[in-house]
Amino acid sequence: MSRIEEALQKRILVLDGAMGTMLQRFKFEEADFRGERFKDFQHPLKGNNDLLSITQPEAVKSVHAEYYAAGADIVETNTFSGTTIGMADYHMEDLVNELNYQSAKIAKEVADEFTAKEPHKPRFVAGSIGPTNRTASMSPDVNDPGYRAVNFDDLRVAYKQQVEALLDGGVDLLLVETIFDTLNAKAALFAIEEVKEERGVNVPVMVSGTITDASGRTLSGQTVEAFLISISHIPILSVGFNCALGADQLQPYLKRLAQNTEVAISAHPNAGLPNAFGEYDQTPEQMKELIRSYMDEHLVNIIGGCCGTTPDHIKLIAELATEYTPRNILVAKG
Amino acid sequence: MDTTIQDGGNIEGLGNLSVNKQQSTSKYLKLSGLEPLVVTPESNFINVGERTNVTGSRKFLRLIKEENYDEALDIARNQVEGGAQIIDVNMDEGMLDGVYAMTKFLNLIAAEPDIARVPVMIDSSKWEIIEAGLKVIQGKGVVNSISLKEGEETFIAHAKKIKRYGAAVIVMAFDEVGQADTYERRIEICKRSYDILVDKVHFPAEDIIFDPNIFPVATGMEEHRKNALDFFLATKWIRNNLPYAHVSGGVSNVSFSFRGNNTVREAMHAAFLYHAIQHGMTMGIVNPEMIEVYDEIDKELLTYVEDVLLDRKDDATERLLEYAESIKGDGKVVAKQTKEWRNGTVQERLTHSLVKGLDEFIESDVEEARQQVARPIQVIEQHLMTGMNVVGDLFGSGKMFLPQVVKSARVMKKAVAYLLPFIEDEKDSTSKGAGKVLMATVKGDVHDIGKNIVSVVLACNNFEIIDLGVMVPPEKIIETAQREQVDIIGLSGLITPSLDEMVYLAKELDRLKISIPVMIGGATTSRAHTAVKIAPEYKDTVVHVNDASRAVTVASNLLQPDTKHTYASDVRAEYDKLREGYLNRTRAKNFLTIAQARNNKYPIDWEAFTPLKPNFIGTKTIEVALAELEPYIDWTPFFQSWELHGKFPAILEDKVVGEHATSLYKDAQQMLQQIIYEKWFTAKGVVGIFPANQVNDDDILVTNEDGENLATFLTLRQQSQKTKGAPNIALSDFIAPKETGKTDYIGCFCVTTGFGVDEKAKDFEASLDDYNSILVKALGDRLAEAFAEYLHERVRKEIWGYAAQEELSNTDLIKEAYEGIRPAPGYPACPDHLEKPTIWKLLNVEEQIGVTLTESMAMWPAASVSGYYFANPQSRYFGLGKIKEDQVADYANRRNISVETAQKWLAPNIADV
Repeated sequence: MSRIEEALQKRILVLDGAMGTMLQRFKFEEADFRGERFKDFQHPLKGNNDLLSITQPEAVKSVHAEYYAAGADIVETNTFSGTTIGMADYHMEDLVNELNYQSAKIAKEVADEFTAKEPHKPRFVAGSIGPTNRTASMSPDVNDPGYRAVNFDDLRVAYKQQVEALLDGGVDLLLVETIFDTLNAKAALFAIEEVKEERGVNVPVMVSGTITDASGRTLSGQTVEAFLISISHIPILSVGFNCALGADQLQPYLKRLAQNTEVAISAHPNAGLPNAFGEYDQTPEQMKELIRSYMDEHLVNIIGGCCGTTPDHIKLIAELATEYTPRNILVAKG
Repeated sequence: MDTTIQDGGNIEGLGNLSVNKQQSTSKYLKLSGLEPLVVTPESNFINVGERTNVTGSRKFLRLIKEENYDEALDIARNQVEGGAQIIDVNMDEGMLDGVYAMTKFLNLIAAEPDIARVPVMIDSSKWEIIEAGLKVIQGKGVVNSISLKEGEETFIAHAKKIKRYGAAVIVMAFDEVGQADTYERRIEICKRSYDILVDKVHFPAEDIIFDPNIFPVATGMEEHRKNALDFFLATKWIRNNLPYAHVSGGVSNVSFSFRGNNTVREAMHAAFLYHAIQHGMTMGIVNPEMIEVYDEIDKELLTYVEDVLLDRKDDATERLLEYAESIKGDGKVVAKQTKEWRNGTVQERLTHSLVKGLDEFIESDVEEARQQVARPIQVIEQHLMTGMNVVGDLFGSGKMFLPQVVKSARVMKKAVAYLLPFIEDEKDSTSKGAGKVLMATVKGDVHDIGKNIVSVVLACNNFEIIDLGVMVPPEKIIETAQREQVDIIGLSGLITPSLDEMVYLAKELDRLKISIPVMIGGATTSRAHTAVKIAPEYKDTVVHVNDASRAVTVASNLLQPDTKHTYASDVRAEYDKLREGYLNRTRAKNFLTIAQARNNKYPIDWEAFTPLKPNFIGTKTIEVALAELEPYIDWTPFFQSWELHGKFPAILEDKVVGEHATSLYKDAQQMLQQIIYEKWFTAKGVVGIFPANQVNDDDILVTNEDGENLATFLTLRQQSQKTKGAPNIALSDFIAPKETGKTDYIGCFCVTTGFGVDEKAKDFEASLDDYNSILVKALGDRLAEAFAEYLHERVRKEIWGYAAQEELSNTDLIKEAYEGIRPAPGYPACPDHLEKPTIWKLLNVEEQIGVTLTESMAMWPAASVSGYYFANPQSRYFGLGKIKEDQVADYANRRNISVETAQKWLAPNIADV
């Protein structure tokens, strides 16, 4: 059993909150994104948050540190868009290896500092694997429903590269998240299995889908139960949902998930629904009360935040988590 | 046909599956399309649709060869509608590129939610076709099939890949030597395959499905006599000896020698399936049109058929052949079912087709509509837009999901394509091209359904569309807009960062001195955001379009030569006003200090008004039969809780939701009668009326008749600056101030119908009946509200008695036409939940009726209502709105809590600093 699996048996683990929201506070401009190294790069780079792991590593590290200090057990690497597919927008496909490696490395450095200070509470780094900006089971062209902007093999190859670099950088586990198209996630899981087999390693994998709206389905149309069945063929540490909805809207779907699986359940909801300006208004106290309801129902094993959440949110959630016991689980074999 | 299969399924459910019964739930075969399919011991026989198979259906082969995928999809859809729980897809034909056809067809299925809801069986003898299929299904399907035919190594390699792609597998009873054709060979190969899969590949045993070969019987060959019987026995052996594994097969093979004699074939299929299911077969490929109901097979024929299947008589084959000759050609004629929805009006039919995404009748219906209108464009503007509005409403309320909406858009497109030649025919020079519109989902956003719908709708209305797709960088939008000289730029986005992208684009357009109006749309966009953040950045028009049906009006207004300038300045003025209003509302300057607000309290002439002494003073509990509450139920919120929006009872007749609403209402009525007559819940209430006076402006001091203090209610006062003459109200204003020397009164109450609700709901949940579980809770809530309404009436007319003469209908009650109010803590007039403990103490609620408060001041059981009564004829409901820090501090002091705690409880009402 890995250390994180041991920890999961004992307590509810806390995942960090939003990275993007925190990075926005630095108000980085084009020049900051570029740094010295990319000052002459021929395309605009503002908005490429993943790049900041290279050009503004101290800022990224400070966010990780704030979340650990707030009580997070796990932080996610700053690699949500770190595939050749995601980086194509910025013409930075060649940077994918370095980007994932550096992101993992700096997160691990911060984790190790905290673990050294508090050996009773080991800190973990999860390699964040986002959905990419293309969907393998939906057509972007309404007139040609059979068309696909990306296929399974494109995704598998891109994810494999990301997974290898994240592992080289020292992540403790992998987090396939914000899944709006299950086929994309299946390609990521396929790639992870390939890497595990080729390297003879076993790395825990968290899987987190996204329910996009009131229909209670993923963007690609699957129900909660169908989603769960579709990703259950490889051993996973946990399954859960994140993004798109606030904690209260997410709760019924988490329940349905929990009723149908024996693996750990994770949740990292948004700080409520965005207001007309795309801002998240839910206060840490409000979110804490909603999360309390998860805990009262013994719904989760891993809890954190997505869009709009801050270290203040995570701090209250982490405090709350210590008051409760985790949901009973089976630890995955394999 | 359904009966046969279900009968069989029931039999299977009863017997024979001792192995499976002990399994934990994780050992069930679980498959998925958009929806799950879990095979449990209780499941009926799983029916696999077989018509999307080029080797079995000449029609399907022809359609695939001709690349007529639309009709090929109809075949798949008909199967699912006909009850297929899995669809088998096979493209193995020499003249076809199997990899291409499998990929293409499965990708198309993925865009058809009514087909894609079921799992796919990828059927091929070629590995590369199987793998191509595995790469395009998001759900967990079934591979059909692999076997030991090419040796162990290949078998293991393929099984490993299938596991990694995430699919179940059918294993044929076939090995290096050949296909198993005896009982012994069948079990030998299945056992060997199973052991390899489970021990070496670690393939989940529940994901293994054996096909022990269904071969023809009654062929006249001696060695075929036991073909069916051996299959039955092998099936039973597999189910008893290979834990968790399933058995499947292609049923129609068995009757191969009776081709041309459907009566016999149908009887054979039914009888074969009946026995196979009894022996443990869990799924199979069955043509639902080629099967008889087992119980309806002619008894004589059944005897001959079963003699053959079970090898009961040496001359069984001869006898069946002889009998078959006598009934040859007497094939069953199945009348094509007329579809009921086809009987509606042309509008209803078009709406149905759009909502369901069906294009089968769209052209004939559109043609019919065209004949009824003066100009073909009216079909688009009236009939089709009406249908698309229904789609929009359903989508907005979560009753349709994205893939379905895309389908609707496609049907819309077909309808328009049909109309276009007619529209062009009648075009004169003035109606040539309404304008050129660039459409794009902004950078970073992949959502484009809304944009696509708007594109389709605009295109239907004669606009030329340049659709740049999703994730479009601003440079590309600008470059294209200039190069193509478009008339309008349409920007869409669904996720929140897209809002910033739109602002950025507006700035860029302005910087480059471009002058093209911009339309903004998408789920997170809003009129407020557009007015406040986007419009000020760009000197040309920016206008928010909240749904597709408005897009045409807006686009036309933007381009109409004689009116566009007026329209642009109107929009600008409207947004300026909206922006100012918004900025004013959010800025601190428009609040009064709490002292100023108190000087502007609600004016009541206490000189001229003497409160009536209530008939009753003190507290009392109230019990009431549930039946008495029934007439007080307000049904409108009941439907809202089910996301059916509309006023009761009109909602029952509503075009869109009426049917759902009516059936829901019927279920609710039925359950309500049970609740009432079987006394599922108990209604308990407590009410109190006390002497009271306003003190210190915002407090209400409550005493007993001897003048001893019992409690103090703290109220909050509106603080926003009002128009001249309008007061800043607090609830305390409705009670006579102490200084007037007059005794006034206040009441408060708590009622519940919640005891019993949770228990019932849990019972329903335990039997997996979520619908009734939600229904019982919703009815609990409605009864509690009804109780509050009932009690308020009794208070007005009898217990307090200030409105003894009142005669109001139930509708008037709901419209709150009565005198006096009953505001509840936590609602707009008094958002402060901390008032509840005061009520609880004053009325001793917990002891009297058992309703408790949680730490966040929610009432338990949930179906409870509490509040105050104010009798003053001038008292009215109002919203507190935002208050300022000075009042928060003052309130904290009065409540004797820290300012921090006060801020926490009042947070939603505290104005931003």
